[in-house]
Amino acid sequence: MNTDDLIRTLSADAGLQRPSPTASLLVALPLALVAAAVFLVLTLGVRADLAAALGTLRFPFKFVVTLSLLASALMVFRHALYPVDSAHPGWPWLLLAPAVLGLGIIAELIATPAPGWQMLAQGKNALLCLTMIPAFGAIPLGLMLWVLRQGAPLRPGLAGIGAGLVAGAIAATFYAMHCPDDSPFFLATWYIPAIGLLAAAGGVLGRVLARW
Amino acid sequence: MHSTDEDKLARLMTAAVDGDETAYAEFLRCAGAIIRGFARRKLAEGAVVGPEDIVQETLLAIHAKRHTWRRSEPILPWIFTITRYKVVDVFRRNGKRIFVDVETFAEELAAPEPTEPVLGERQMQAALGSLSEGQRRVVHAIAVEGRTIPETAAAFNMKEPAVRVAFHRGLAALAARFGRQT
Repeated sequence: MNTDDLIRTLSADAGLQRPSPTASLLVALPLALVAAAVFLVLTLGVRADLAAALGTLRFPFKFVVTLSLLASALMVFRHALYPVDSAHPGWPWLLLAPAVLGLGIIAELIATPAPGWQMLAQGKNALLCLTMIPAFGAIPLGLMLWVLRQGAPLRPGLAGIGAGLVAGAIAATFYAMHCPDDSPFFLATWYIPAIGLLAAAGGVLGRVLARW
Repeated sequence: MHSTDEDKLARLMTAAVDGDETAYAEFLRCAGAIIRGFARRKLAEGAVVGPEDIVQETLLAIHAKRHTWRRSEPILPWIFTITRYKVVDVFRRNGKRIFVDVETFAEELAAPEPTEPVLGERQMQAALGSLSEGQRRVVHAIAVEGRTIPETAAAFNMKEPAVRVAFHRGLAALAARFGRQT
């Protein structure tokens, strides 16, 4: 087929235009949130002392961390959907959530006595956290990878990590509504590897699925 | 020259997004000429792939990903970035690594099209074979036999929108297949 034939062929397909990657993301994001919420309700459920927990400092702080991760991961992920070389790819924004968590850790170091630190970090539910965050995030990750396939990522692996971070942030947000461990130490010790698993899975799958 | 290219290509693509096939064909020809000029110079020294491979693969990629262009955004950098991605991709598939500097695009002059076929008959048949029966016959009728969409609709007793959708999905599947060959 010579190039003129190819152009004639492609131009016959001008009329059908797919929605932009951002539009796909706007469809997939609510679905991902609903999927994780349903998963939470069907499996673990929200913790019983929710009302009391909302009055504390540590419980709401978990959502400051997970939602700041969600916001920055969404920004970076959306950017990665487009074939644009930018001087401002937005990756530094991903430092936001770790920085917020770092402040929480410092506050916890000041507020609690050293002998209790190990117990706070170990928590009551480490294994559940490590398994349920990836489980909550599986459907959101699938949806974000679908979005990624609609885009034209220049680095499919890195963009896949972005997809995994979005899924991980969503999963962690809903898991945190169940989880009785509220210390920033616990977040750092267990939420990070759990979200990291999703990010790694996203990176591997992105490389395979999102090449174009 | 580049600012006029930019304006012209953006105008054509905007019309194409609204369904203007003539404008879209003109857009693809202009973009193809720019890509060809770049590829010719880059691939001069006995490369395993010819410039026209790059042109065709890139046009397929531009077509498959045209919804990633935003009207608010300059179109030449978008074309260049996709070209560079495809050049690297084509070379990787051929077991070579290549470093492409996007800046060199700025020095390029558009080149006219050669007449020799590139996407080989065998390659094309193999790619068509991967489509579903409905998509395959529609893509074959339009791409290989050179029929128009109304002609194809009449030939297969289909409605035009159905032909468009089958053609669109078939092309997307073909583009994905070329992108995935290893």
